Amino acid sequence: MRGPGTSAGPDLDMRTRFYAELDPLLDAHPDLDVVLAVIGAAQLARVADRHPGRVVDVGIREQAMIGVAGGLALTGRRPVVHTYAPFLVERPYEQLKISLGHQDVGAILVSIGASFDASAAGRTHQAPADVALVAALPGWTVHVPGHPDEVAAILRAEAGRTGRVYVRLSGQRNERPRPTDGRVHLVRDVADGPGAAPAPLVLAVGPMLDTVLAATADLPVRVAYTATPHPLDAVGLRRLAGPTPALAVVEPYLEGTSAAAVAAALADRPARVVHVGVPRDVELRRYGSPDDHAAAHGLDVAGVRRRVETLVPRRVGSSSSGRQSELPT
Amino acid sequence: MTTTRLGPAHRLDAGRVRDLVARVTGDEKHDPSAHSTLDVVRVLYDQVLHVDPDAPDDPDRDRFVLSKGHGPASTYAVLAARGFFPEYWLDDVASWDSALGHHPDRTLVPGVEIGSGSLGHGLPLAVGMALGLRVRSPARVVVLVGDAELDEGSNAEAIQVAGRFALGNLTCVVVDNRSDGHGWPGGVAARFAVEGWTTTDVDTRSDDGLAAALRRAEPDRPTAVVVDTTRVATATGRTVTA
Repeated sequence: MRGPGTSAGPDLDMRTRFYAELDPLLDAHPDLDVVLAVIGAAQLARVADRHPGRVVDVGIREQAMIGVAGGLALTGRRPVVHTYAPFLVERPYEQLKISLGHQDVGAILVSIGASFDASAAGRTHQAPADVALVAALPGWTVHVPGHPDEVAAILRAEAGRTGRVYVRLSGQRNERPRPTDGRVHLVRDVADGPGAAPAPLVLAVGPMLDTVLAATADLPVRVAYTATPHPLDAVGLRRLAGPTPALAVVEPYLEGTSAAAVAAALADRPARVVHVGVPRDVELRRYGSPDDHAAAHGLDVAGVRRRVETLVPRRVGSSSSGRQSELPT
Repeated sequence: MTTTRLGPAHRLDAGRVRDLVARVTGDEKHDPSAHSTLDVVRVLYDQVLHVDPDAPDDPDRDRFVLSKGHGPASTYAVLAARGFFPEYWLDDVASWDSALGHHPDRTLVPGVEIGSGSLGHGLPLAVGMALGLRVRSPARVVVLVGDAELDEGSNAEAIQVAGRFALGNLTCVVVDNRSDGHGWPGGVAARFAVEGWTTTDVDTRSDDGLAAALRRAEPDRPTAVVVDTTRVATATGRTVTA
């Protein structure tokens, strides 16, 4: 899955790229601070030395981590808060609601671990519900970058803003970066037959894109991408989905996380929508690799293909393969 | 003592402030325990905090953080007495048209620094404020918590962090009315002292004594002021335990 160095920046994984971006960001934004709960502190020791007092490690105290971030923001600072997703979102969830949201202050929360990066660590370090939880609170933007360059672009943009932002880093990534402007972008088109309805659309979120492209390589479906599932680009989705959408939404976290937003975007038209993500009804009590977990959850190439295929009309005696074209984005 | 800015002296009249509290609570009697928080808040805004109702967003203002947000009547009364908002706001608290609720919302009320109500958020927020203001502003952060509120584990985290970061611009006032069901063996102050805070035990019998405790600050450590509100002065000046 890892690309041959096609990125514009250093070819680091998302987490390492995040750490590498903080030093220039702290230089460029005098109001920026970093709040840690041990995770990342060792990697950022030199950054902390270069910016005295601006990288704060509160120890393994995640409630205090978010409370401190809220207090910093109340004095005009722009906190970047970072740890593993379960300890950033789930453990201090009321702090997200009260110490940030209710105070009407912003922060940039940057998580690692995603749904099952820590497959070998077990359930305690996995947070497939993180995006659903953050999106349930008012005023948050959720970025799910698919490439380290997208991480850098998102951080640079959000450092200069004031809002509440959740950036979900992942060990899974796409070969090349895509736009991070919050919109839904068509990545692969497929020619319509004369007078035919638009082909089904598959919306891939963040690091699911390359899996979706591989899974649909010979299917007559269009593929779109977003790195910002919340708030969802409803206008862009409506435009691509067409008047009678057949749509699959493939997300690397809890299945159906974006279902309400998609339903609202398509409320004015008859739509058939398949949501693909981490199943919400069973705890997977297995270790192994992230690829093992992706396969178990149906989030590998074969699993995604099985779900997307259900949207493709079966035509007796005709090839299922349409004429596809990769789009520059 | 590091306070270099001149202290305010507004001489809020205690009786008038109590009348304003009664406008919130509808309570004609002056229940001593109900007014223990009032003494602390009144003395803070009368003699300790550098705040200006004409510049409620001054970046160098002192911050009073009411963490124990379920008793905001005294804070509302004092803010009104200091002119942060009109006194008539006190007459319909928690109505549809009121900016004042049973728990305060900082986005609705001039002079209110945090929205609170859920226990255990104010002290961590105050630690973040103190970190944000340290080396950038002469402002102090004074956070008020209750002895029962200290049950919330988030406070333990914040007490530890404030001690480790030597936040000399932070004061935590613990209003100790012995409302904690399980008590604090060895006393409330010990929880702060072991984490490197300087601590003071005081009661509410004398405004001047309370003000002196609340003004106290040391440059290299946070300050905890534990206010025993069960010891009150009677009309004859005799001290009783309520």
